[in-house]
Amino acid sequence: MELTTVWFALIAVLWAGYFLLEGFDFGVGILLPVLGRDNRERRLLINTIGPVWDGNEVWLLVAGGATFAAFPEWYATLFSGFYLPLLIILVALIVRGVAFEYRGKRDDERWRRRWDRCIFAGSLIPAVLWGVAFGNIIRGVRLDEHHEYAGTFFDLLNPYALAGGLTTLTLFVLHGAVFLALKTDGETRERAGALAARLAPAAIGVAGGFLAWTAIAHRDGVGLALFVAAAFCLGGAAVATRARREGWAFLATGATLVLAVFGLFVTLFPDVMPSTIAAANSLTVHNASSTPYTLKVMTWVAVCFTPIVLLYQGWTYWVFRKRLSVEKIPA
Amino acid sequence: MDTLDLARWQFGITTVYHFLFVPITIGMSALVAGLQTAWVRTGNEHYLRATKFWGKLFLINFTMGVVTGIVQEFQFGMNWSAYSRFVGDIFGAPLAIEGLLAFFMESTFLGLWIFGWDRLPQRVHLATIWLASIGTMLSAYFILAANSWMQHPVGYQVNQAAGRAELKSIGQVFTNSTTLVTFPHTISACFLTAGAVLLAVSAWHLKRHNQPEVFRPGLKLGAWVVLISAVAVFVSGDAQARVMTEQQPMKMAAAEALWDDSAPASFSIFTVGTLNGDADVFSVRIPNVLSLLATGTPDGNVEGINNLQRAYERKYGPGDYKPNIPVAYWSFRLMIGFGGLAALVALAALWSTRGGRTPRNRWLWLAGVIAIGLPLAANSFGWIFTEMGRQPWTVFGVFKTAQSVSPSVSTGDAAISLIVLTVLYGILAVVEVGLFVKYARAGAPEIPPDSDDESPDRPLAFAY
Ligand code: HDD
Ligand code: HEM
Ligand code: HEM
Repeated sequence: MELTTVWFALIAVLWAGYFLLEGFDFGVGILLPVLGRDNRERRLLINTIGPVWDGNEVWLLVAGGATFAAFPEWYATLFSGFYLPLLIILVALIVRGVAFEYRGKRDDERWRRRWDRCIFAGSLIPAVLWGVAFGNIIRGVRLDEHHEYAGTFFDLLNPYALAGGLTTLTLFVLHGAVFLALKTDGETRERAGALAARLAPAAIGVAGGFLAWTAIAHRDGVGLALFVAAAFCLGGAAVATRARREGWAFLATGATLVLAVFGLFVTLFPDVMPSTIAAANSLTVHNASSTPYTLKVMTWVAVCFTPIVLLYQGWTYWVFRKRLSVEKIPA
Repeated sequence: MDTLDLARWQFGITTVYHFLFVPITIGMSALVAGLQTAWVRTGNEHYLRATKFWGKLFLINFTMGVVTGIVQEFQFGMNWSAYSRFVGDIFGAPLAIEGLLAFFMESTFLGLWIFGWDRLPQRVHLATIWLASIGTMLSAYFILAANSWMQHPVGYQVNQAAGRAELKSIGQVFTNSTTLVTFPHTISACFLTAGAVLLAVSAWHLKRHNQPEVFRPGLKLGAWVVLISAVAVFVSGDAQARVMTEQQPMKMAAAEALWDDSAPASFSIFTVGTLNGDADVFSVRIPNVLSLLATGTPDGNVEGINNLQRAYERKYGPGDYKPNIPVAYWSFRLMIGFGGLAALVALAALWSTRGGRTPRNRWLWLAGVIAIGLPLAANSFGWIFTEMGRQPWTVFGVFKTAQSVSPSVSTGDAAISLIVLTVLYGILAVVEVGLFVKYARAGAPEIPPDSDDESPDRPLAFAY
């Protein structure tokens, strides 16, 4: 395999990891006002992701850094082109991160309410906008011959991309509900499980529609196979949530996200950002990439260190594997 | 203002802001780890209380470091896309490596430390804070390697056809002489900052006779850390000045507002005047010191701005190669001056506690509390000097700031971004300072008697 292909695949893995992990963080944040009826219960929900959300977010930072290193043209075009949506995402992530840490630092109901709203909005907005961004990447945007974005902010809000946003939103909320059912105990677990079971059919409709739309528009064999597999897993998630098999349900929603991201990347390949003005303007793995030497260096780094990261992140999840319940939240 | 100016203001504001929290994170993570180690080894409860108290302040600060870092990671692509295209082959690598090696390590192990008090064996728990601390230093190394490459590009070749700089040797990038002097200077400055935090908060409590069993040692520890770091900052800064004179002579000339070559060159402590090359109105100078700082010999020749400007025109074509001289001149002095003041306060604090004394002098307490701001200011001026002194280049001698900005970003969008981030950062500053003061005032927690509740349903030792 060419190194450019390897790096394309690695970036797909980083985004898949990000959606898999921060996906449930977003879901928990969005469900905070729905499932958290009082302060103690809201604290319970937040504490299910407390020890891990920051580590999960680093998947995004590394995806960004890896894109810079391996495909500088892609990094430059993508983030300068999607300028305002990215700014909104950054603000949301800032506010949400601060809210997690500062919410409990004052014994004051109004203070907590305010941060709860920040957690909700700070989770909802990126959950939608990442889908919109990916929709636009797959669909293609107006790139001129210098690979500069020539469209406007409102060009990014096309129906296909918005469908993408709705898809990530519903999948993340479902994933979050399933995660909460897996990580809590008592009544919260019940309600999260019931909510997940009700959400699953909606997610099948929305995500299934978006993936079918993608498959029809692009007619990519491998992509189609991955989408079918993703749909299959989502169906499995629906069954498992009904049966209250929480572990299986979580595996299934996780696999859905990973397979869907892989399917999208496969559909995109070998482009990384197609141009809707002229095919010659498209960014591809070849014209966007770094030199073979840089890619080789980065490959060695990734090969040596990724396993270590996976080991200790996995260990963290092991350490905090126990279910939480409201009784365990110190008064 | 055009997009370029706005992008520069945004980079300056967001990065200086990020670097208010960074040094406290880097320095305090190691100090907290040290205190926890002392507790584990001695079993002395005062150390545990100190660990918890300083640990809490450290975490309030850490949060801000993390969230402001997210902007940094993406802003190169957003505002500086032409720069990113040109240098990505080289510059992206340290950034990506920083994420993979350092950010994962910091965030994961800090999560384990915060929530792991009752879940991990004592020694494993101790290891997590050390690993997080090592992560912050790794992070500093890689980002400084990236920055040093902009100050002194090495291990690359410009490919004219592709219109970009290409990496030839990653080894040279990571052993860049600039990185090797910048790293110790920055890390010592970080410890100086963290030491000042300990000193200031302890001074405030001692003034009120609160918990002297925790805060008298805290004051002494802070003061020692400040003093030792000040020596290290001085030694490494001296080494840095020499490397800088060799690599960016214009920056050193600007730092001194030295318009004409001079041997031996004197160091001016401050100047009243215009700094525009006319005669100084009034200037206090120490003979030979600039020569010593810049070249290592007391009568070495230091090149002046006018000569360098002519030489650069010959080499790079017509243009203005002078950075903003007053900014360079004053930021360099303020960096050294504020750091020096912090060291003096630390010295006074130590003197006043000699032989078991607990001082009573009101002025000393006031100076102690103010000490927290001195290194923060010194750090900011250090970066402003480093970065603005490099102008008009982003990559010295290779790529100009004016070429770096994103062509596709409109002035309106850049203005929105600058305003939104500045306002948001302003609000967060108020919130964070409020919390920091609240928890600093609360004092060290009492340690509850060991509960023998070992049931699986016992409440968490820590929860958000
Ligand atoms: C000398 C040290 C230093 C310098 C010059 C910078 N940083 Fe920084 N950064 C750190 C030292 C650091 C740190 C100590 O590692 C932080 C501070 C607080 C923290 O959580 O980690 C951090 C956090 C931090 C984060 C969040 C990491 C997380 O989620 O855990 C990002 C993405 C960046 N930084 C990126 C940058 C970029 C792109 C910079 C350059 C423009 C930059 N930083 C300058
Ligand atoms: C945290 C410490 C840092 C501070 C406080 C800092 C400060 C500044 C300031 C004040 C400017 C504006 C200069 C001007 O426009 O005149 C600037 C510009 C810039 N700096 Fe830094 N900087 C820091 C670290 C870095 C690092 C680590 C990098 C790269 C890895 C970097 C890259 C840049 C770039 C690309 C610009 C924009 C171009 C320019 O205006 O020069 N800086 N920085
Ligand atoms: C006698 C004392 C000092 C000397 C001679 C000195 C020297 C220098 C020099 C020459 C630079 C610019 C490097 C470059 O642009 O290549 C620099 C940068 C810097 N200084 Fe200092 N410095 C001193 C004290 C301090 C103090 C007290 C602090 C903070 C507490 C500090 C913090 C910084 C920082 C954060 C930077 C920017 C990062 C870097 O380039 O290392 N310095 N210093």
